[in-house]
Amino acid sequence: MGLELAGAELGGNFVYKDDVYLTDSQLTNLVKNALTSALQGDSAHYKQLVALMHHSKDTLSKVEVAALVTCLETLSAAVSCIDIVHHRSLLDAIFSISFWKCNPLVLDALVELVISLAASSAKFVDLCLDMLVSNFVPPGYLLESLKQPRGVARKDQVLGRVHSTLKAISDLVPLTPMRLEKIVRDKMPTIYVKEPQLIVTYVENMLKLESGTMGEIVGSSMLSAVVYRLIELDVEIHWDDILQDDFTKGIFDMELEDFEGPQDDFEHDGDELHRENWIEKFFGGNAIAEKLDSLMVVTFEHLKLSNDNGRLHMVFEILLQTFKKTVLTTHKSKFAQFVMFYACSLDPENCGQLFAVTLLNTFLSNNPTHERICAVAYLASYLSRAMFVSEPLVVYMLERVVNWCSDYCKNQDGDSNSSANVFYAGLKKENDVFYAGCQAFMYVLCFRMRSIVSVPRLRSQLVSMRIDEILKHPLNPLKECLPSIVEEFLRVASSSHVFAVPENLVPNGILESELPRASGGSERLDMFFPFDPCLLKKSDRYIRPNFVYWSMVRHPYDRQDDDDDEDSSDEDAANVTVRGNRMMLDDDDNRSFDDEDFDVDDDFDYSLNKMSITPKPTICYRAQMPSRIRPSTSPESL
Amino acid sequence: MEGLKLALANLLVYIHPSKSKIISDAILVELNSLLFKFNETFDGVVLAYEPNVQSYLAKILPGLHPYLGVSIQSELLLFHPKPDMIVEGEVVKVTESAIHLIVLGFSSAIIMDSDIREEFRYKAKHGKEVFKSTVHRKHRIRVGTIMRFVVKSFDEEIIHISGSLLPVHTGCVKWLEKHVEELSQSESNTKKRKAIKETGEVYAVDKVATDGEKVPVVVSKTNVKSKKRKDRSR
Repeated sequence: MGLELAGAELGGNFVYKDDVYLTDSQLTNLVKNALTSALQGDSAHYKQLVALMHHSKDTLSKVEVAALVTCLETLSAAVSCIDIVHHRSLLDAIFSISFWKCNPLVLDALVELVISLAASSAKFVDLCLDMLVSNFVPPGYLLESLKQPRGVARKDQVLGRVHSTLKAISDLVPLTPMRLEKIVRDKMPTIYVKEPQLIVTYVENMLKLESGTMGEIVGSSMLSAVVYRLIELDVEIHWDDILQDDFTKGIFDMELEDFEGPQDDFEHDGDELHRENWIEKFFGGNAIAEKLDSLMVVTFEHLKLSNDNGRLHMVFEILLQTFKKTVLTTHKSKFAQFVMFYACSLDPENCGQLFAVTLLNTFLSNNPTHERICAVAYLASYLSRAMFVSEPLVVYMLERVVNWCSDYCKNQDGDSNSSANVFYAGLKKENDVFYAGCQAFMYVLCFRMRSIVSVPRLRSQLVSMRIDEILKHPLNPLKECLPSIVEEFLRVASSSHVFAVPENLVPNGILESELPRASGGSERLDMFFPFDPCLLKKSDRYIRPNFVYWSMVRHPYDRQDDDDDEDSSDEDAANVTVRGNRMMLDDDDNRSFDDEDFDVDDDFDYSLNKMSITPKPTICYRAQMPSRIRPSTSPESL
Repeated sequence: MEGLKLALANLLVYIHPSKSKIISDAILVELNSLLFKFNETFDGVVLAYEPNVQSYLAKILPGLHPYLGVSIQSELLLFHPKPDMIVEGEVVKVTESAIHLIVLGFSSAIIMDSDIREEFRYKAKHGKEVFKSTVHRKHRIRVGTIMRFVVKSFDEEIIHISGSLLPVHTGCVKWLEKHVEELSQSESNTKKRKAIKETGEVYAVDKVATDGEKVPVVVSKTNVKSKKRKDRSR
């Protein structure tokens, strides 16, 4: 090696002499002497060593690179002489070298030094891990370059080295993952970080750790932290952000699905807002939504990779536990739950079934009321929207829910015989679980009735359920559940003739009734459909192929109405027509969203109670199940 | 292998009310949290436990969260290597400056070059690094070797051992087991030599008692060799 560590008399700078050669061991001894001398007060050589580490320039000359590499390699051999207190400046200089700026040769030497340091003494382990975790994300000025192919290649290269270094350290210090777990969680960027790329890259690293050799120890913690961040971002997006200005109308009335899909008969309306436009508008300037969307995509990709590697079941176990702890207990989570949906879609046989069973068991358990109501809402939405869930599983789940509701009715009969008692009981909190269960099976049947009745065995299974008994019970679930769902359910039920619908509750009768609001008051069972169409642009691409949109569910009554429509008279108060598989409802009031006097809130309530059948004489609006029903913003809801 | 011990501990496990449905699981979760961490109360790192619930009656503690106090008795396997103890571990990395080991599969250990006796010389051939004894050619330390060493210090937070390979009875366990007698002999000789050097009196007494004719074993060996040489020369 042609490097000489010059003395202090040479102006404190290292001088590179071509004519002086030192062997590796001589150089090591020299550095060791410099380090030990510093402990004894003579820090001249030590300071030169530190100075050699500091480079303000991003690009170094060949000589400088050679000097730095030699210095780092020599230090690797002299780690036993490094003291955490007295050589703090040297350590700071070493740990301030960024993997992202490093020359590959310097990086190799630096990695060796970091590994040697971490393995040499327990005192250096945390410092080394801290340095490596800091390199999870690039310096701010490099963030833009990550979008370029060259930047992506650089990113892969650097992160590959970071993770291989972590693995090397954990091979030598087996308890490293326990320390690393805490450091990674502590250094995780907050949701308020300005650059979305920072948190996305960091999460990529966390998920890489999960899928790596340390995954067994840190995996659970990493996934939980990611899901927790998703929830944090989720709750930052308020429904007001989504339903602002002109969003108030279409959100209840339009399926936010791609119109290239299954609805062949659909006629495009020039005034309608296309789904893409909706999402674009929703995303406009919503940095939180963009961050959430990006993180969801990263998580989806990780799940996909896990599935390809045959370890999805392990990841799903952790996700399920995290879901129960965080997502399920979060008030009306809007997007984070789609991680579960996507994981289930990758492995419907195992994960999909396990998810449904877990939700059912939570509903049937003695857990707190709120948790049980959420669980059954999730179950209903999942069974309705997941294309990959088989009909027999849906019927099995329905049967369990219906049986529980039926048993509950029987218990109520035993407890209180008088109707007055039952009425007051209806206001009790305990009954909320019952109403949530009823609403759940009604919601599922709205989506799945057609496919269930088409299979004779499942149809007979459905017939044998005691749904009509529950509907006729004095607890009166039809009046307590969400009117829009009850309305749709009654339509479906009466057209399918599977079970008897109470005669006094014909579909349109409910719409005209003011019972639902009046009877429940503030305690009215609120709506929560966690798996309504995903409004996140990039995430939606992963969800869409396995998602059941309302337009895809063609009910028997649709066809019947279609036939009846030809004979219907213009004098009808509400004229229901069919466009393809969608109902159109014209109202005599000629109400229009364009009316100046039209009140947005009133319209919302009206649409809500009318099951999204939005009267509109001038614009051709479709009446249908709400694709996304806005949860109530009132604090007492759910 | 030293540093391992069994302890019988009477514990009061505090369980959150939310975990009261399955107490046994909650107890295991609490005990799991002790694993692979140094515990000052037990004076060691808890490696394993075998709990035994003493009573099915739990004490409900007053407070905002009424924790349940469940008393259990548990047998604990503890690890606390102290200086000068002999510990064994598997070599995971060999460099010129250090030998890295893992003890009991969880604790890292390092022997720096200054703590490796001079008998061992570092050699790297075909990418394989090895410390080879110059005295006993077959005594080698490489990656995968189970090695016996003496504890110099122990970091309780990271569970990191700093060891030494200076004593004669340290090195590759496989080799040491095969050469126990030879080692014990040489060790006793070394001890004698040390004693002779340290205490001049003993040497003097011995000298007096044997009339100055007693010689160390090593010396006699050299004499034997010299005889052989003499024979050869003839």
